[in-house]
Amino acid sequence: MSDPILQLKNIRKNFGTFEAIKDISLDIREGEFLTIVGPSGSGKTTLIRLMVGMDEPSSGEIWLRDERIDKLPANKRPTCMVFQSLALFPHRSVGENIEFPLKIRGVDLQVRRQKALELLELLRLPQSYHGKRIHECSGGERQRVALARALAFDPEILFFDEPLSALDYRLRKTLEKELKALHEKTGKTFVYITHSLEEAMVMSDRIAIMKAGVFEQIDPAREIYSRPVSRFVAEFMGEVNLIPFKIAGKVLTSPGEIMLSKSVTSDISGQLKKANASCGTIVVRPEFVAFGKGQAADFSVEGRVLQDYELGSRIQYEVEAAGLGLVTIEKLRMDMFDGKPGDQCTLSWAMSDCHLIVGE
Amino acid sequence: MDRLNKRIAYLSAAPILILLLVFFVAPLLVIGIYSIMPQKSFSLLAMPDFSSYSVIFVEGYLKSLFWSLVLAFSSTVILFLLCWPLAYAMAKIFNRFTLIITIAVVVSLFVSENIRLFGWLLTLMKGGLIEGLLRHYTGNGFEGALYNVPIIIFGLVYVYFPFMLFPLMQGIAMIAEDTRQAAFDLGATRWQVLREIELPLAAPGIVVGTLLSFVLAAGALAESKLLGGQTVIVLADDIETAFTYGQNWPLGSALSMLLIMIIATIAVFGISRVDIDTIMGRKRS
Repeated sequence: MSDPILQLKNIRKNFGTFEAIKDISLDIREGEFLTIVGPSGSGKTTLIRLMVGMDEPSSGEIWLRDERIDKLPANKRPTCMVFQSLALFPHRSVGENIEFPLKIRGVDLQVRRQKALELLELLRLPQSYHGKRIHECSGGERQRVALARALAFDPEILFFDEPLSALDYRLRKTLEKELKALHEKTGKTFVYITHSLEEAMVMSDRIAIMKAGVFEQIDPAREIYSRPVSRFVAEFMGEVNLIPFKIAGKVLTSPGEIMLSKSVTSDISGQLKKANASCGTIVVRPEFVAFGKGQAADFSVEGRVLQDYELGSRIQYEVEAAGLGLVTIEKLRMDMFDGKPGDQCTLSWAMSDCHLIVGE
Repeated sequence: MDRLNKRIAYLSAAPILILLLVFFVAPLLVIGIYSIMPQKSFSLLAMPDFSSYSVIFVEGYLKSLFWSLVLAFSSTVILFLLCWPLAYAMAKIFNRFTLIITIAVVVSLFVSENIRLFGWLLTLMKGGLIEGLLRHYTGNGFEGALYNVPIIIFGLVYVYFPFMLFPLMQGIAMIAEDTRQAAFDLGATRWQVLREIELPLAAPGIVVGTLLSFVLAAGALAESKLLGGQTVIVLADDIETAFTYGQNWPLGSALSMLLIMIIATIAVFGISRVDIDTIMGRKRS
């Protein structure tokens, strides 16, 4: 694995008595696409401002390769950010916006014009846009201009502060994919923050889930989705069923009228005992719950279908399971539940599709 | 519906239109006609001979015009340099304090300009507040600070301060915080941010503020008379003399026309240089 390009060491940031960032350490790898996701107020914007240099941490160190940069102001750092508002310069043309970082450095007019035209092409904007005014561009075009401007700076790391959040759904989806392709093409390190998990999953190599000033988990999307470390992460990653277990001595108590196979009972008890925990939660995603009792059914429970929702490619069912409350199930159209809301059903799923969170 | 709207628009514009015609355009027209009448004529119907305009060029009125423009220009430059930091702080940094400064500046406008200038007169004159106190405690006095060109400029800066401050503040408030930060993040120094981002984006406020200050200062009379004594004669002074003591209305009118032309040229030039819509990114297409 390559050396980290950016290292945060025990970063803290306080605003008065409020701790926005509580002791965060993070290694960002050279060339990766890292997304920091969290609900609003989790401190992700504060964190990115520290990394870009618009704020100074209260304590801790930030290292860019072999250089300590936490005391450097933003204009002295070789990184730059695409703002949520994009922050394009309204009094400058598209070309002048893109050339701005080069002009600042005193790059020759011919050279920077050439660079601007190359970047326009890279971002699939026609060259005639060079002289266009910003207010004549559409939302998606402005997005590309902001990206081109940031790339003209040729940063070591490119930061993004939710730049897609103001766009409509379809355009956002297109730009997410373009951004991912651009990441591959340029080979640069991208650090992206968003509150949208979907956005994070599509683009990132790794996702860092943030909650109240700390990272809950940093892993690739698939890992976070199937092996969340906490209930918070599990719930943040979309629809999920959380089933709590308690253990006292050798007796494992399961909620409601859920039936466990013998092997699963000893598996869960074993894991909990090993961690010396008194409780745990089984995480099972809606798509892994089956109607009917299958062969590998480690868990099963009786229920009644309350509601079905059309999701397009899938259908979501809300099932009232005996003593468990609501269980959410999602099925592809080809294996729909053959019945209607109000019908009784049996639900089952396998331990291999589950994940056990210990201690919560 | 469209036609009805149009009629309503004309109707509602009518009162102000009539007011402007009667109290702005008509007097201007009278001055214009007087300016081409023969010397010392009180009639508007005499044979025009344009003699007043030639008088301007021979009798040293150009010197007064020169002083008017120099004083207006220097006070405008000083006002801009003085007001920019304060306006910046009021628009971006101070919160509650901005209101306090605003009220303080506005309250000063409640007292007539001449009375405020007399206040300075009593403060700065020989035997006035400053010199008198100094002499009382040290035994050594001085000649007072009045009756020179810098003190006239001081008076202009003092009187027209609000006319620069508030437009500048408006202009600076229009600069989006993100835009500044983005420029900074892209490597610009503080100075480059000022030159490339802040000044162009605040341009509408700068144009309005400098035009107001310049136009008012170029036509100002009281500062040079009260604080400057007879050190320099400004054009407004000559105009007043021509109409009153001189009883030469055509000359006064010609001098007025000269000043109006110069100021109008500068104003039109200033406003056309800065297309406010373009700056705001709302160009009509």
